[in-house]
Amino acid sequence: MIHALRLLCAVFLALAVSAMNAPPLGAEDGRVPLPNLAKAAKGDACVEPAEVMRREHMDFLKIERDRTMYLGIRDGKYSLNGCIECHATPDPEDPEVRTVEFFCDECHNYAAVRTDCWSCHNPRLVEETPGNAARLPGHSDAGTLIGQLKDHLAKGAPTP
Amino acid sequence: MTKDRSSGDPSGIDRSRRHVLKAATAIAAVTLAPGWQLIAAAEAKAPGEPVTDKNRWGILVDTTKMDKATCDVAVDACNSEHGLTKSGHPGQDPQWIRRLDIRDPQTGAAHSLPMMCQHCQYPPCADVCPTGASFRRIDGIVLVDKHICIGCRYCMLACPYKARSFAYRDIEDPKPHSPRGRGTVQSCTMCVHRVDVGGIPACVEACNDVAPGSMIFGDLKDPESEIAKRVSEVVVKRVRADLGTDPGVLYLGV
Ligand code: HEC
Ligand code: HEC
Ligand code: HEC
Repeated sequence: MIHALRLLCAVFLALAVSAMNAPPLGAEDGRVPLPNLAKAAKGDACVEPAEVMRREHMDFLKIERDRTMYLGIRDGKYSLNGCIECHATPDPEDPEVRTVEFFCDECHNYAAVRTDCWSCHNPRLVEETPGNAARLPGHSDAGTLIGQLKDHLAKGAPTP
Repeated sequence: MTKDRSSGDPSGIDRSRRHVLKAATAIAAVTLAPGWQLIAAAEAKAPGEPVTDKNRWGILVDTTKMDKATCDVAVDACNSEHGLTKSGHPGQDPQWIRRLDIRDPQTGAAHSLPMMCQHCQYPPCADVCPTGASFRRIDGIVLVDKHICIGCRYCMLACPYKARSFAYRDIEDPKPHSPRGRGTVQSCTMCVHRVDVGGIPACVEACNDVAPGSMIFGDLKDPESEIAKRVSEVVVKRVRADLGTDPGVLYLGV
């Protein structure tokens, strides 16, 4: 049942997406405007052919999720952070930030798919440019913090 | 019911005997083929390899080398590694590591230690979890699979170390390597995202920068590792050893 639905959905989408170059069916026809997927920011090709990805990305992601969670495999082809790395495109409101909103969410909104991934996984990436190192996630802030603490300790920290 | 995904010791009965047997086979393996055993154990997992029960990751905390400030270094390093920011509601802020100040009331001697998930061999949190979200990974790291956590918080009550926190609020800008979200339980992950690619936990790294030797991370099953050598020389403390949880986080000097 679910499979049949998925197939339908996928066929529909494939048609919809391939029809995207044709003039879009406007809202004046009383129809929901077609999704306008952002072009991938990195890479020439997806991890699988686009037709396969359209239909099966959710299964790939779920398998990858469990492989990472339970088996600690970190270099998987279908990593969610990997999707974000390639598919996040610049946010017009904050050019230092890239987001997958205009790719994943654009399509999901159209197809009425709701995922909760972004309540934990960050759909936004801060571009690595020298100017915004302070906004970068990861160890950069830990490094400065440790530096400050070291200085502090060298001076003889007052034991509170 | 146990959610231990490695040894599958379901009963808990006769545990001490099993330990003796296991220890005996381990020694036999070492003496029968020492060269092979050492190489096999010392090799770190490649990022693409699955974890195995050949490792058991642990941390030895040497509290004699730690003061309040060093404990705070651990806490701050953890907070910034995992993006644990203040929400403005202090009672609801997550604590993956907290500083514990203890004092002997008879002598007045006082010191501090970092308290966090003890990564038990027999984790009570996993025993009570109704969905299997709390689990002990085969290499000894106790985690929450937040994808299937329903936020019931039984595990928080079951944990004798008070090591878990609940995400009461939406999390702004979570770190990509440490996703967290409202309605799920969170705790120290022993920095799996680093360990899986051959790194060490953020707290251990930071503490050793300011107080070398205060925290040792390593493989308790690798007889050549620094941590295994150290724990075979000195008597370590397992917090609430009476409960038989067999923690992977061990303390010296408490
Ligand atoms: C190496 C970069 C890269 C990675 C990693 C990547 N993609 Fe892609 N993806 C692309 C490119 C390039 C295309 C071709 C379409 C385009 O030009 O935007 C594409 C196409 C797609 C399509 C079809 C879009 C359409 O035209 O209908 C989907 C769906 C998709 N990707 C999902 C994913 C998911 C889910 C992941 C993570 C598992 C992922 N991609 C990882 C680069 C990538
Ligand atoms: C409640 C929080 C939460 C939600 C919601 C969530 N995840 Fe995760 N996810 C995590 C945590 C925690 C990890 C483990 C990260 C680690 O160990 O490095 C993870 C890891 C993953 C991984 C492996 C790491 C990677 O980047 O490839 C994948 C794939 C993944 N999740 C997919 C998903 C998908 C798809 C969704 C939405 C359907 C989702 N997750 C929703 C918390 C969450
Ligand atoms: C070409 C359109 C399209 C794009 C682009 C797309 N998706 Fe999807 N996605 C779908 C459809 C359609 C479904 C629902 C399929 C179903 O219900 O069987 C879906 C389902 C999912 C699911 C499973 C949801 C569930 O509740 O089971 C996840 C997870 C998911 N997508 C993640 C992503 C991520 C992450 C991206 C961006 C990297 C992405 N998708 C991009 C069309 C798309």
